[in-house]
Amino acid sequence: MRILTIVKQVPDSNATIKIAASGTAIETAGLKLVMNPFDEFAVEQAIQLREKGQPVEEIVALTIGDDKAAEILRTALAMGADRALHVCDPTLLSHDEVYLAEILALAIQKQPQPFDLILTGKQAIDMDAGEIGPALAEFLNRPHVGAVVGLEISGKQLKARRRVEGAEEYMEVELPALLTCEKGLCEPRYPSLPNLMKAKKKPLDTLKAADLPGVEKISRRSELVAMQPPAARKGCKFVEGEPAQMAKELVRLLREEAKVV
Amino acid sequence: MALEATDFYRLQSSLNSDERQIQELVGRWVDERVLPIIADCFEAGRFPRDLVPEMAEMGLFGPTIQGYGCAGLNNVAYGLIMQELERGDSGVRSFASVQSGLCMYPILSYGSEEQRNRYLPKMAKGELIGCFGLTEPDGGSDPGNMKTRAVQDGDKWILDGAKMWITNGDIADVAVVWATTSEGIMGFLVDRGTNGFTTREIKHKFSLRASITSELFFERCIIPDSQRLPTARGLGAPLSCLTQARYGICWGAIGAAIACYREAFQFTSLRQLFGAPLTHKQAVQIRLADMVRQITLAQLMVLQLGRLKDAGEMHHAQVSLAKWNNCRMALDIARDARDLLGAGGIVAECCPIRHALNLESVITYEGTETIHQLIVGRELTGVSAF
Repeated sequence: MRILTIVKQVPDSNATIKIAASGTAIETAGLKLVMNPFDEFAVEQAIQLREKGQPVEEIVALTIGDDKAAEILRTALAMGADRALHVCDPTLLSHDEVYLAEILALAIQKQPQPFDLILTGKQAIDMDAGEIGPALAEFLNRPHVGAVVGLEISGKQLKARRRVEGAEEYMEVELPALLTCEKGLCEPRYPSLPNLMKAKKKPLDTLKAADLPGVEKISRRSELVAMQPPAARKGCKFVEGEPAQMAKELVRLLREEAKVV
Repeated sequence: MALEATDFYRLQSSLNSDERQIQELVGRWVDERVLPIIADCFEAGRFPRDLVPEMAEMGLFGPTIQGYGCAGLNNVAYGLIMQELERGDSGVRSFASVQSGLCMYPILSYGSEEQRNRYLPKMAKGELIGCFGLTEPDGGSDPGNMKTRAVQDGDKWILDGAKMWITNGDIADVAVVWATTSEGIMGFLVDRGTNGFTTREIKHKFSLRASITSELFFERCIIPDSQRLPTARGLGAPLSCLTQARYGICWGAIGAAIACYREAFQFTSLRQLFGAPLTHKQAVQIRLADMVRQITLAQLMVLQLGRLKDAGEMHHAQVSLAKWNNCRMALDIARDARDLLGAGGIVAECCPIRHALNLESVITYEGTETIHQLIVGRELTGVSAF
């Protein structure tokens, strides 16, 4: 079995986000960047499948992003991936995830051998679009199960567990398939320092637009036009007086000012 | 562009990608595994021993050693590891310092190949824990006059004496013990279980409560000559170990200071007094600015120190200057941060008081502040004034 994991570099969830002067991007200088936590589940799950005895011949980590994004590929290699692919070309960057999925599909089809299982996070915590997984499955014409919290593989059959309101459901698909990973699937490991050093020696190939014939035909379907910080919250208004009066005043405010009742 | 308080001179840009990734990885482990439990450990006087296998798994023991299952990192990366660990707690950093700088280092530097193969891989895996016995009950600043003696008897040595203030002593599987012999100071690897070797934990500490501190006793303890570090001769050998550990402390203290600064900043920016957040007041701004000044100076110092060490050009007096400066800096910041937190600053949930208490040890062990001042003074004047 050959497993592909798709990872994305995102700002750390504790980082303070500032909008850059351009108004269409965030300030990245000094920003702490990490592997998208949901993608970490994907990498960990791939390694665990190998450790738990599945015949996994190869685990590949793939990202699309700028030069810095190579850092998360190093992390994936340090965790246990065998090689990495970095689609890194300034002309191919976009916030349009369907566009990115189509490029990734092209990069995947260009690989010498197909992948039996593709794993990625259910969404990236920066843009929260959640489109890469389903869109990529569509472009590759593969079955897709989203937000998976458990999986079992026997032969070509894969049984995936998902959480639904108040219950769990099981979906069966035939490999090759694409799954997106949800918190609860597994506990990502901390890569060890020796493995981090060894990861430098594992193959990391960079793909430019010129390496992906046909990429020029792919068009962006949406465009990010502006970013704005959320509006500052207004202060609280305290209603004072006798209880009966206060209740009356509160209802009036909710109806006339807040317009919620 | 806004400046980052705890990286005011953008030293992150002077780190290579390995160094940045290592700092981030260890920092994340500290955030997720150490910070949630450390206040309770400190309060209960408990060393978080469960963290040892995790630290070993990540390769935090002997990380600069090439081979023997170690990562072979440079000294800046090692420093960053120490900084992140001490951002958690000085006790956790002390454990790693002792294991790496004081135990694995002398075995690597002065041990036989057989000793290296026997101890280093297991110490890297955390399967063997080490402690370092130099300081004695009658004093630590004058190790040349130690009372612990080893007398040769054929192919054995008979060891008598006691060591005190020994980090990890009670849980150590092997003690690196320094003793006077007729041929000068020598080092011995004393395994737990050796007849005549006992340990006793020092209780009632108000500092390093999440770390184990012990006394070691040697009573006609028979050590085979194969357990002697063959190339360690004279006081220079244990002092070279101290230089390693002091180097790590120089970095570690910055971690403690950063933790204290962050908590003081967060509190003073939220606490409203006299109609405005405390950070709007001149007195508070000056104190925060002074903390950032001191942290920045310390960071510049250790980065250059690390680059010198990697180039093989570091002088031990440079380590002394940084150990003196950075421990004093961290202790001052921890106390001031404690004060800025007001009454709440005395409870365990606020880190500055814990760091301040820990740093009272850190400024004392591995050479007191005075000793380091006198080492620098000796370097300037050529006269030893101890």
